[in-house]
Amino acid sequence: MLKDRAAIVGVGASQYYKRGQSLPQTNLELVGKAILGALDDAGLTVRDVDGFGLYSFGLDPALVAQTLGIPEVRFSGMLTGGGGGAAGSVGLAAAAIASGMADVVVSYMTLQQAGLRRFGASFAGSAGGGGQYSAPPSPEGDFVRPAGLLGPGQMFSILARRHMHLYGTTREHLAEVAISTRNNAIPRPSALMRAPLTLDDYFDARMISDPLCLYDYCLECDGAVAVVTTSAERARDLRQKPVYVLATANGGNGRWGQAITWMNMDDEYFASSGHRPVAQRLYEMAGVGPADVDVAELYDHFTPMVLMQLEDYGLCPIGESGPFVEAGSIRFPTGSMPVNTHGGNLSEAYIIGMTHVKEAVEQLRGTAVNQVADAEIALVTGGPASIPVSSLLLRR
Amino acid sequence: MTDTQPAPRSRPGGAPPAELAVLTPDSWTEPFWIAAAEHRLVVPRCTNCGTFRMPPSPFCYVCQAQGIDWVEQTGDGRVYSYTVIHHAVVPLMRDALPYVVVVVELPDAGGVRLVSNLVDCEPSSVEVGMPVRLVWDDVADDVAVPRFTAAR
Repeated sequence: MLKDRAAIVGVGASQYYKRGQSLPQTNLELVGKAILGALDDAGLTVRDVDGFGLYSFGLDPALVAQTLGIPEVRFSGMLTGGGGGAAGSVGLAAAAIASGMADVVVSYMTLQQAGLRRFGASFAGSAGGGGQYSAPPSPEGDFVRPAGLLGPGQMFSILARRHMHLYGTTREHLAEVAISTRNNAIPRPSALMRAPLTLDDYFDARMISDPLCLYDYCLECDGAVAVVTTSAERARDLRQKPVYVLATANGGNGRWGQAITWMNMDDEYFASSGHRPVAQRLYEMAGVGPADVDVAELYDHFTPMVLMQLEDYGLCPIGESGPFVEAGSIRFPTGSMPVNTHGGNLSEAYIIGMTHVKEAVEQLRGTAVNQVADAEIALVTGGPASIPVSSLLLRR
Repeated sequence: MTDTQPAPRSRPGGAPPAELAVLTPDSWTEPFWIAAAEHRLVVPRCTNCGTFRMPPSPFCYVCQAQGIDWVEQTGDGRVYSYTVIHHAVVPLMRDALPYVVVVVELPDAGGVRLVSNLVDCEPSSVEVGMPVRLVWDDVADDVAVPRFTAAR
């Protein structure tokens, strides 16, 4: 069993930047700063590191290892898919440690969306001018791209519309996710968006892909975040109070598959985050339930996907996330289930979900800017996307 | 006019740019596109268990058999979900705005869904559940893409 065998002992980050503004620093430089920061936070050095637990789109760990001078790499694994692996990358680190393959494992994400390297057009293809992050042409893509469905936001709009149709979810519900998340960013020096966001601002904003407007979209950023995980035994002797990996899970229904890039997921869970079976395994491993979660850091690339994760993780019933957020439930500090206390991908910075892990660790150490009183258990999720999606339950 | 004359080539209003329809078929998807060029919408059905699947792929996801029949569709469908796109994520799309992407389910093909567009319609007229019918978009001499317009 993986439960409680590993602990997060260090977190670090580069400064966060709006898209392209990290230049002339390099991507390698950003991630190096994050890793060195996380090791220093833990009271460790690069000489202690012997593994990598990663997810897609970051930088090659071979380059990182040679650049930082890591003595020997004993484990290097990556969750397939995309941003769905964010939380699960730390789970992969924990698995490597619990199995004895490695002792000190670094998970990281770094990105630099300068020039044409924009995830927002990641399915446009070269003909469409999609740039460096574009998926290559494929026989399957021929059934999507000709319709002009070229970016993740457009694709998730289709799931959002279905959710609205089935459950009566409204744009006001989406706005509540954007506004509550912005409120959490306001007091944080690390956040890129610190001006208050009103309901009028939300409805005055330009429509991007109906029903999603500007504020339903996450930010486009440069930056890096790193997390250091080691065994529960070793963690007890390090600089910080250990944050234990209570449980982790990744995957999803096979017929969720590539999800937004094929749109033939089963009707039963089309208007979901794809996390439902993962959530069930997560709680089973932990031996706790949704009612035990004190704070939830839910991957928020687009506001409706926060709603669907609230449902899939049992934080409210299926189809009832709209009224749940309308009642103020996810607001910090007054709500019953504070969500994205750091400002999330929407308002702090979009580092493909790794800021959520960092925030959960700070919550459980008791050092968060928006500290949830007596937080003992934190839920962290990776992005609703193609499988695998993933999550972590962390405890102090 | 004789009956050997090819169908007139036309592009419906509100269809995305032809540049997006540069295809890269493989041996499993190519029959779909060859039929499309002849203005026939075909969907693969498993010869073993009768399950329809899209996109065309080498195995049935229910019984894992490989045999398929290409079943021609009437082209009548229903909007399963949609988005109206108001922002061009790449410059190519600027002149196409706004356009409607629809996910259309085909009741006669086991409810499989196609990702397509609502064309020749006011974008604001789209809604979930609306009945739609097939319209062919001749994007190039030898390429046609299925789009949909309001039925009736």
